[in-house]
Amino acid sequence: MNRELLKFLAFSAMVLAAPLYFKGGYLMNVLVFVGIYTMLAIGLNLLLGYAGQISLGHAGFFGMGAYLSGVLTATYAWNPWLAMPLAAAVVGVVAFLIGLPILKLKGHYLAMATLGLGIIIYIVFNETIDLTGGPSGLSGIPYLELGGITFDSDVKSYYLVWSFALLVILFAVNLANSRVGRALRAVHDSEVAARVMGVNARLLKVQIFTLSAVICSLAGSLYAHTMTFIAPASFGFNFSVELLTMVVIGGLGSVYGSFLGAALLTLLPEFLRAAQDYDIIIYGALLMLMVMFMPGGLVRGIPDFFKMVIKGRRGAGNA
Amino acid sequence: MLFDQILQYCLSGLSTGAIYGLIGVGFSIIFNATGIINFAQGEFVMLGGMLTLLFLETLALPLWAAIPCAIAASMVAGLLFERLAIRPLRQPTPINLVIITIGGSILIRGLAMLAWGKDTHALPPFSGNDPISILGATILPQHIWILVVTVFIVAVNRFYFYHTISGKAMRACAYNRRAAGLVGIDVRRMVLFSFVISSALGSIAGLIVAPLTMTSYDVGIMLGLKGFCAAIIGGMSSGIATVIGGLLLGILESLGAGLISSGYKDAIAFIILLLILVIRPQGLFGKAESERV
Amino acid sequence: MLEVAGITQIFGGVTALQDVSFAIHKGDITGVIGPNGAGKTTLFNIITGIYTQTSGTVTLEGKNISAFPPERLARRGMVRTFQNIELFNQMTVLENVMVGMHTRSSCGLLSCALKMPWSIAEERRIRKGAVKWLDFAGITDLADVTAGNLPFGQGRLLEIARALAVEPRIMLMDEPAAGLNSQETQALGQLIRRIREMGITIVLVEHDMELVMDICDRIVVLNLGMKLAEGTPREIQENHEVIAAYLGEDD
Repeated sequence: MNRELLKFLAFSAMVLAAPLYFKGGYLMNVLVFVGIYTMLAIGLNLLLGYAGQISLGHAGFFGMGAYLSGVLTATYAWNPWLAMPLAAAVVGVVAFLIGLPILKLKGHYLAMATLGLGIIIYIVFNETIDLTGGPSGLSGIPYLELGGITFDSDVKSYYLVWSFALLVILFAVNLANSRVGRALRAVHDSEVAARVMGVNARLLKVQIFTLSAVICSLAGSLYAHTMTFIAPASFGFNFSVELLTMVVIGGLGSVYGSFLGAALLTLLPEFLRAAQDYDIIIYGALLMLMVMFMPGGLVRGIPDFFKMVIKGRRGAGNA
Repeated sequence: MLFDQILQYCLSGLSTGAIYGLIGVGFSIIFNATGIINFAQGEFVMLGGMLTLLFLETLALPLWAAIPCAIAASMVAGLLFERLAIRPLRQPTPINLVIITIGGSILIRGLAMLAWGKDTHALPPFSGNDPISILGATILPQHIWILVVTVFIVAVNRFYFYHTISGKAMRACAYNRRAAGLVGIDVRRMVLFSFVISSALGSIAGLIVAPLTMTSYDVGIMLGLKGFCAAIIGGMSSGIATVIGGLLLGILESLGAGLISSGYKDAIAFIILLLILVIRPQGLFGKAESERV
Repeated sequence: MLEVAGITQIFGGVTALQDVSFAIHKGDITGVIGPNGAGKTTLFNIITGIYTQTSGTVTLEGKNISAFPPERLARRGMVRTFQNIELFNQMTVLENVMVGMHTRSSCGLLSCALKMPWSIAEERRIRKGAVKWLDFAGITDLADVTAGNLPFGQGRLLEIARALAVEPRIMLMDEPAAGLNSQETQALGQLIRRIREMGITIVLVEHDMELVMDICDRIVVLNLGMKLAEGTPREIQENHEVIAAYLGEDD
């Protein structure tokens, strides 16, 4: 338990110090995205990595958070700090109501159902033009403000987004090592045995689905208020796949792995500017290679790899 | 007036529906042989159209030669996909299979983009473009091609599954893979077969619809998903039920687009998909079965 | 304690169980035996809420529990183990048993994630309780091992420790001796007796006749989906129908 706390403090220190190192350069902007994507990846990972339930529609919940916040503040001039929790609450209720019937499905069927759900949400963003501005997007979303500070620069946005991201990380770490987290992992390993132990698997799945949707909604609100412009294209099926890739690359069931996956997938295209349009190929290849050769993700794969190398060397030395 | 319109919508819905049905049969064949929902199924539909184009324009083959070449090439792609992505999987859990077929799907899509760019391409219709008028509604010769090919494929399918050794072996795998293995059926080969056959079906669907709808590297997602929807309506049957599911979906979609709103056309399929998955996961025509354990 | 009345189970035309009735007395160790395919495991799955029977009722301490799902049965004090041990393979041995304390704890999702003071206290209590059950089963030194890496015999002990953590009043064990060597089987017999001494009623399906005859107070014999006989081990051993069913009848 204390080790978890230490890990978290070390990680927080790193996050807080990063701007000093990058000195507000261009990379700061990218790191804001890493923060948002970390939240999203953790949200999905709670569902996929811990409870073992797949979703290919989480971009939809991300988008709902962004659009609810965006429309309420830009069109109806709400206070963003009021719009954000309201958006999260609405998304939570929607996710709960949809989760009840949908999470009865298993495996491939659940994947298809959530995929369909994500696409329906995406179509609604595109078609309710009066409200969302349709495919051309919604602009004029205000920045967040707190105590006279407007979060309008990269550095300020960085600290804003990362304070939320750190809270989500702490939240997820606590959850993972608790009664509920254990029950989730138990459902993942053997649903029938978990139920025999008194775990209401069905309700638990719906709860975690709802929680992960709420986290995605929060990330969406932050996205809307730091970008000040949103368009449906950011919330489509491809983004759901991107999220899935982050979680799988980082490591299913690892909170810090989600950060790693989010960071890698956000930074990689930045370094591969030339490969701009072709990042989709890289995602596809990465997904397949990870599942085939490193099903535990980077957080487990890298240590295993080094162990193997060391063992190999020792073995060679002994022989 | 309204009647004419509705008839028109139904007729055009019928041909897109037939396409969904063919794609759905592809889903079902793999699902029945392996328990896998192949998320890359739609990409073989895309390959059907794009490869035909490749043989037709880049290699300047006549249409009658380009089509079999495209189907054969898609089958090779399906074979490679099974060999390189599915078979080596060490932990074939449903989640891993979903992830790997999604990975495969976007990889294929990405490679297609790399090869053919992002433009949409048109395939010439098989026999002219002169509209035919039926009871006041008009259809194109290509629509007829689609319906004829679909009927033909359903018949061939039926023959294969019920009157050939390999087809019967495939059905045995669908009922009980372990038992099939015990009586000497090479289950792994049947799995491979199922991927090859469904990529053939997918590519046929893709190349007969391409003259109507144009084709590009990313048509596979939507067509694939709607094909899956057809298969779900048909209770994952690898026969006529899925084709009927497809026709139903095509007509509903076409009516919805015409009478309600074209923007929500795609949403119709997914709402149906969700409703059926939640309310009647065994399909519209199947009887309730106890869960397969 | 537990009454099974007129249970019939039909799977797609095949009758797996037909009108099976018997009663389990409080504090007894009851064995359910029968040749392969007699319907023992099906019966267990019905009692523990995993299958729903075609007809008939199951009553636990006077309450009709026929349609209860497993998680509700756990709260009413019924727990079971599985023939092919169902552990939470990716979790540690200690964590496995901690899941067993699920019904004996109550912190919800939010209080867990926010680490409220009461959830910290509860976590401490869960951990202590789990360690106690590991001690009982004699596997304390394996606490931090990943369950999936355990050898079969120890996995069996873990499964029992986990079931005990539910603090059940009745425990159903599906072939607990399957896959154990004779030494392990003997130790298992001792363990089952110790569990009974705590006042827990035990029902077990078992093929190991030596074990069954040794520890059971009563035995129910199933054959071809029907109850063939019921009685003390002695009575069963002398029952001609039972002997015939096991040895096969001569024409």
